[in-house]
Amino acid sequence: MPSIETKKQNLNYTQPSVNKKKFSLLNLSPYVFITPYFLIFAVFMLYPLIYSFVLSFSKWRAGVTTFVGLENYKMLLTDPFFWKSLGTTGLILVIQVPIMLILATIIATVVNSEKLRFKGLIRLGFFLPVLIDLVTYALVFSLLFNETYGMVNQGLNAIGIGDIKWFSDGTWAKILIILAVTWRWTGYNSVIILSGLQAVPKDLYESASIDGASKITSFFKITVPLLKPVLLFCGIISTIGTLQLFAEPFVLTGGGPREETTTVILYLYDKAFGNFDFGLASAGAYVVTTIIAILSYFQIRITKGGEI
Amino acid sequence: MQKREFNKLLLYIFALVGVTISVFPFYWMFTASTLTESQIFKVPPTLVPDGNFMDNLNNLTEGWPIWSALINSLVVSGITTITTIFFSALAGYAFAKYRFKGREPLFISVLLIMMVPTQVMLVPMFIIMMNFNWIDSYFALIVPYLVTPFGVFLMRQQMLAFPDDLIEAAKIDGCKDFGIFFRIVLPVMKPACAALGIVTFMHSWGNFIWPLVVVSSEELYTLPLLLSMMVQPGQVVQYGQVMVAAAIGLVPMLLLFLFFQKHFVSGVFGGSVKG
Repeated sequence: MPSIETKKQNLNYTQPSVNKKKFSLLNLSPYVFITPYFLIFAVFMLYPLIYSFVLSFSKWRAGVTTFVGLENYKMLLTDPFFWKSLGTTGLILVIQVPIMLILATIIATVVNSEKLRFKGLIRLGFFLPVLIDLVTYALVFSLLFNETYGMVNQGLNAIGIGDIKWFSDGTWAKILIILAVTWRWTGYNSVIILSGLQAVPKDLYESASIDGASKITSFFKITVPLLKPVLLFCGIISTIGTLQLFAEPFVLTGGGPREETTTVILYLYDKAFGNFDFGLASAGAYVVTTIIAILSYFQIRITKGGEI
Repeated sequence: MQKREFNKLLLYIFALVGVTISVFPFYWMFTASTLTESQIFKVPPTLVPDGNFMDNLNNLTEGWPIWSALINSLVVSGITTITTIFFSALAGYAFAKYRFKGREPLFISVLLIMMVPTQVMLVPMFIIMMNFNWIDSYFALIVPYLVTPFGVFLMRQQMLAFPDDLIEAAKIDGCKDFGIFFRIVLPVMKPACAALGIVTFMHSWGNFIWPLVVVSSEELYTLPLLLSMMVQPGQVVQYGQVMVAAAIGLVPMLLLFLFFQKHFVSGVFGGSVKG
């Protein structure tokens, strides 16, 4: 008993703030507070996750699941269209994310510049695409990039470049998706990067300019290194987002032409709700989850749980 | 001096071009909603609004359930937003301000599930909905989204900063746990609730793949689903009508942004942007 007493006193003495937080030990309230969330979690998150794992080793027919071992994974990994969709997703990822982050960094730097007036308005302009939902902006893009009458091709015609086959050529269709995604998400990322820029102490630039460094030099020697964590954070959330690309190819190109813009989630959607091959789709979902999990692991390590 | 002026000019040109690219699709969407089909596809393009908005709207309401889609979207997003705020605040408060057995592993489970993309659970969720007999019902659209792990996470982070003295003082005054939450914590946490509400509403408003999977009858279409049905392959797409529908879907988001600008940024960017 005395040891408990001294412990308590010690606790009181050394960490009064911790002790304040403690209400009562046998308090049921926190459990009541978290119950609604964990009910939803159990039924609509945890159970589906486990169920989907079971399904990935089964054939599903009219509500009856039969165990088939690794067959789904074998089928999936030998399907050239799966690899093609994964390759397309990877290609879009590797090209789109760096372009977007470079653009977003430039935009953030420009908006942060002291010389610029109308800052609020410019910021609002870049931020606006965040407000539009994915289906709606994909529709507007399909109108803008219409091959025969779209405004973009008319503009390209006017300056002598001629029509671009945005929908009937595989490469251009991919570029269209990249352009669309970049339009939608660059402003979003530039707001995050801007918050990182504003955390860079101003006197660093002053002393650099006294030492004779040019604006460009101090951008690469001061800004970029200090922005590294923020850029990494943006890179990883963008990577995860791109791996889940679905609405844009679904609405804009329908995955075509000739499956050229079928992303991996679109492929899995087709397998699941076109062919009703739930087993295969679940196996694919687990493969994608594993890829995302590996990347998320890096996200946690780099950002230490959501904070930069 | 000259060089400096030149740099400044470059800055403005960059900003102007960037903002134009950023804003133009919005302008074109609203403009096209006021044009006839032939005006939309005219060479050279019609760039100023005309007076055909009402015609497009009338044709739209005749052919498509736009008003019921708007109401469905408002109902689904409205309900899930309110419940997500409430349940997330409850759980977030418990995680931030109580010490209880299992707190750490339970909170880690919140973090982990946050990283699993919803698309991964699409198939098992669909089967669950079939077993519940919820396919093609409001239940399917609403119940799985009553609360989100992201909401719990965001609220927990915000509640960490809530002053313990306030809770302690309320306890001394004889306030019970639920009373403290309702009368003290919730009112003080209003900004955080607004931020979470905005991001939840936005996600729900744009949610596409889930309604696509579980809804088949027109009366249950949400706006994104209706829009995607209007441009399905194999039919003549009436772009004037599509753009009216798109504009109708965008207006609530613009209003939300207008009224809650400050909370918007902190909500959309979660913990990633401070201040």
